[in-house]
Amino acid sequence: MSSAYELRMKNIWSLPRGELFHGGHNLCAGCTAGTIMRHLLKVAGKDTIVVNATGCVEVSTTPYPYTAWGVPWIHLAFENTAAVASGVEAAINALKLKGQLDPEKEVKVIAIGGDGGTFDIGLQALSGMMERGHNVTYIVYDNEGYMNTGIQRSGATPFGAWTTTTPVGRRIRGEWRRKKDIIGIALAHGIPYAAAANPAYPVDMVQKFEKAIQTEGPSLVHVLMACTTGWRFEPRLGIKVSKLAVETGVWINYEIEEGRLRVTTPVPKRKPVREYLKLQGRFAHLRDFEIEIIQEMVDEQVERINKMVGKQVIGPVDYGGDGKKGA
Amino acid sequence: MSETRLPTWTEVTPGGIVREPGSTLRLDKNGWRVEKPVIDPEKCVRCRLCWIYCPDTAILEVEEPYTNSKGRTYKLTYKVDYDRCKGCGICAEECPVDAIEMVPEEVA
Ligand code: SF4
Ligand code: SF4
Repeated sequence: MSSAYELRMKNIWSLPRGELFHGGHNLCAGCTAGTIMRHLLKVAGKDTIVVNATGCVEVSTTPYPYTAWGVPWIHLAFENTAAVASGVEAAINALKLKGQLDPEKEVKVIAIGGDGGTFDIGLQALSGMMERGHNVTYIVYDNEGYMNTGIQRSGATPFGAWTTTTPVGRRIRGEWRRKKDIIGIALAHGIPYAAAANPAYPVDMVQKFEKAIQTEGPSLVHVLMACTTGWRFEPRLGIKVSKLAVETGVWINYEIEEGRLRVTTPVPKRKPVREYLKLQGRFAHLRDFEIEIIQEMVDEQVERINKMVGKQVIGPVDYGGDGKKGA
Repeated sequence: MSETRLPTWTEVTPGGIVREPGSTLRLDKNGWRVEKPVIDPEKCVRCRLCWIYCPDTAILEVEEPYTNSKGRTYKLTYKVDYDRCKGCGICAEECPVDAIEMVPEEVA
């Protein structure tokens, strides 16, 4: 495994018991964002400043006058999170230069945005932050839509998904565009570290958080955040759905370190995408040929990743005994 | 219950600053549940998964030794903090040995 990083999180027992992201918040029952934020702060520790775009996590964790955060935290608009995170980082450097802050003291700056605040509205600020090379860890929790405002589509909504702005009728059959490749966009800025993580694989996820935080310069971790409310599945299924995303190849856990791509959760045999789709009400309208289109998109994505790695890390679809391919 | 009164206009902090970290811990989530998780310490194999996955810090990992009927002693016990638990059922779904049962809440 790789070099420059010092990983403290070896297995699930490495995670400290104490919490810096506390319960009592207003995230929906079964919202996997809670799981993600808890572990992010366990890795980051108390010398951390969190800069949070508006979105599900922001509105639900800070119902005034309360806060779930145990570290300094600032609320922002959708569009300026990465800009403010850049400013916070610059201010810390300035204080160190002026001798008002111990130059040895490590203060981590973590920017958190949802897919709306990252893929769409906050994109230019994020681009600027990465271009200028700020030492900020950017975490995008992706629930594939504007969920707390009433399930509107975003640039992260996948093909075929119902939302209130991609309704299902005779002519429109849910989202008809593809999900944006946010990691591709980040990498185009030449950032040293980017990764895709998933809370159903907690050790892998926290190791990526660790690496991103230790990276000198901008880093981005794209985390899948299964959404019980917007994806229309039972609250108890959040982790199961997240796991199925990986098992079907819809979501690939990978990281790019200094240009080298590594798939961190190899999947020797994939499950058909149907397994993932059928648990979610937002895909309930899909007909067999539409599911086939999604399967082909996933096959393409898997092929592309395998090619980049140079070997087959994600295997073919295993249709099991009944051989029911799209039927 | 601890105090959850909203500040009056004279008490509102400049800029809406919240001065108490983790103050949502004072909010009571009992009313969110229709079912509550009940952990069977006998069946539990102390794998930590429920504690890992719970989005609401509602699974407590406590240093309380427990000896099961087969004579095996565990150093830890997993308990539910019902003031945080929203009854989502993720813990019960993910427990590898089905040690967590979701029990309907009583209507008082
Ligand atoms: S039911 Fe949900 S909120 Fe309650 S302890 Fe289990 S995982 Fe946590
Ligand atoms: S998931 Fe089940 S077996 Fe594992 S610690 Fe929790 S109750 Fe025990």
